[in-house]
Amino acid sequence: MSAPLLEARGVGRRYGDYVALQGVTLEVQPGETVAIVGPNGAGKTTLVNVLTGLLRPSEGQVRFRGADIAGIGPVRLARWGMARAFQLVQVFPELTVAETIAVGALAQMGRGRRMLTSLGADHQLQELVRETAVAFGLENALHRPARELSQGQKKLLDVASAFALRPAVILLDEPTSGVATADKHGIMRTLMEAARLAGVQALLLVEHDIDLVETYASRVVGLRGGQMLADLPVRDFFADAEVTAALVGRRPAKAH
Amino acid sequence: MRRIAIALVILVALAAAPLLLDEYRTTLLLPVFGYSVALLGVNLLFGYGGLVSFGHAMFLAIGAYAAGVATTALELESFEAMLALGVAAALLVAIPVGLLCARYTKIFFGMLTLAFGMLFHSFLFKFYDLTGGDQGMRVRRPTLFGLEFEDLDKTGFLVGPFYWYCLALTALLTLLMWRLVHSPFGLALRAQRDNPRKAEYLGVEVGRTRFVAFLVSAAYGAIGGAMLAVPTGLADPELAYWTHSGTLIFMTLLGGFAHFAGPLLGASTYVLLQDSLMSWTPYWRLVLGAVLALIVLGCPQGLMGLPALLRARLRPALVARTAPAE
Repeated sequence: MSAPLLEARGVGRRYGDYVALQGVTLEVQPGETVAIVGPNGAGKTTLVNVLTGLLRPSEGQVRFRGADIAGIGPVRLARWGMARAFQLVQVFPELTVAETIAVGALAQMGRGRRMLTSLGADHQLQELVRETAVAFGLENALHRPARELSQGQKKLLDVASAFALRPAVILLDEPTSGVATADKHGIMRTLMEAARLAGVQALLLVEHDIDLVETYASRVVGLRGGQMLADLPVRDFFADAEVTAALVGRRPAKAH
Repeated sequence: MRRIAIALVILVALAAAPLLLDEYRTTLLLPVFGYSVALLGVNLLFGYGGLVSFGHAMFLAIGAYAAGVATTALELESFEAMLALGVAAALLVAIPVGLLCARYTKIFFGMLTLAFGMLFHSFLFKFYDLTGGDQGMRVRRPTLFGLEFEDLDKTGFLVGPFYWYCLALTALLTLLMWRLVHSPFGLALRAQRDNPRKAEYLGVEVGRTRFVAFLVSAAYGAIGGAMLAVPTGLADPELAYWTHSGTLIFMTLLGGFAHFAGPLLGASTYVLLQDSLMSWTPYWRLVLGAVLALIVLGCPQGLMGLPALLRARLRPALVARTAPAE
């Protein structure tokens, strides 16, 4: 087995007396798409915050590519190759699509601090921006400000800018929330394809929609009451009726 | 291309102004340059960074007093030395102030900068031996590139060599600012303005970006302040007073903070408007206040936003008029 990209060892997090997360141990290998599931209040957000170095765990360790990332914060996280997109769409209202993607691309190229070079004249940057925009179907909106985009386009732009970091691992918090059910698979397919193009090695998904989890995840991590109840390949997870019932509720019967 | 053409026409017109206008009108244009430079700095923070400083006049005063110190205490005659001294002093103050202020945004940033500005004003006022107190400091006529222009009287110097020097300096600093706001740094600054959390997750060092913008802005303020002090021959403590910071914000709003050229237009319009109002009525502040209210209410994008606003207002009327009758 190769070295894990991301690993948590006995991770816990307390807020005073309240235990939000306890004894979580998991590994994410290259090539995996790991879904994190569980009812509200199960500790999914806390786990994600700990895994992305935003929160320092009260106990245990989180390593990304072998380095301890406890509390490193978002800026270094991005530099080290982990990206994160939030459940609520995060865009820069006045920045155009191209500019938004360029923010991530510049960080990845290590050019974010430059003060006297022209963005427009940086062909390598423009190429990267274009490629990313094409992967998300945003190439026709390159020069439109984000505030003018549709909700679905904003979501894609949000994720596209994170992909422009060319991260090794990307963490997506309910990437299809707020999107019409009919579009969910379209967005997920776009994401998975873009991840492949951008060379993303592993994806972490926080997802409520069981159908999406079953279709796109390779592994499922189930949380409940701050504890890890399951860490199974996707097929085994859904084969275990007890586990699925405890973690994602009753499975909707599929029409045949 | 159109932008470059417009800029060139304005540049040529301004360069020709001393030859076409009388001395009074030419000297009237001098503060336009000083304020334009200072406002480019103000707007880097305000328009691009989303940070409204209520204490920015402090840096203009630092530039002016540096010019005063250079000519009186240090016996430096060269304008370049005054500018260098002003920028150095401004950075010396801006580094600690910026380190503190760059952690805050919105009203907290505004209030902190206001506090530092007022502190500096009291310093100028109270330390009479150092700063001349309410008398201010004399700023003597400088040399430009080591040239003294002995055959020119004071006005001749101001409407001649000094005018063109200031025009060239303003043009140069405008180009530099254009470069800055269109660089990765400028993009990071706008990104943190719109959504600091998202910017951080995309690798933008938000605090550092704000801090650097604060320093650049302070340096522009000091240069502008030195340019203002030479024509009046005085570094006046009122330059540092907080209402002067308010004037800087007014000018920026007047021109339009969302546009690169807004500060330049704002500075010109304010200076010329103030002059004509002052000669017309002693209640000129009242009129300026009304203008400010009108702009905020009716044209929040400032004068630069006026064409777009008019187009948007007129279009329905035009469409209605030209629409074929059913």
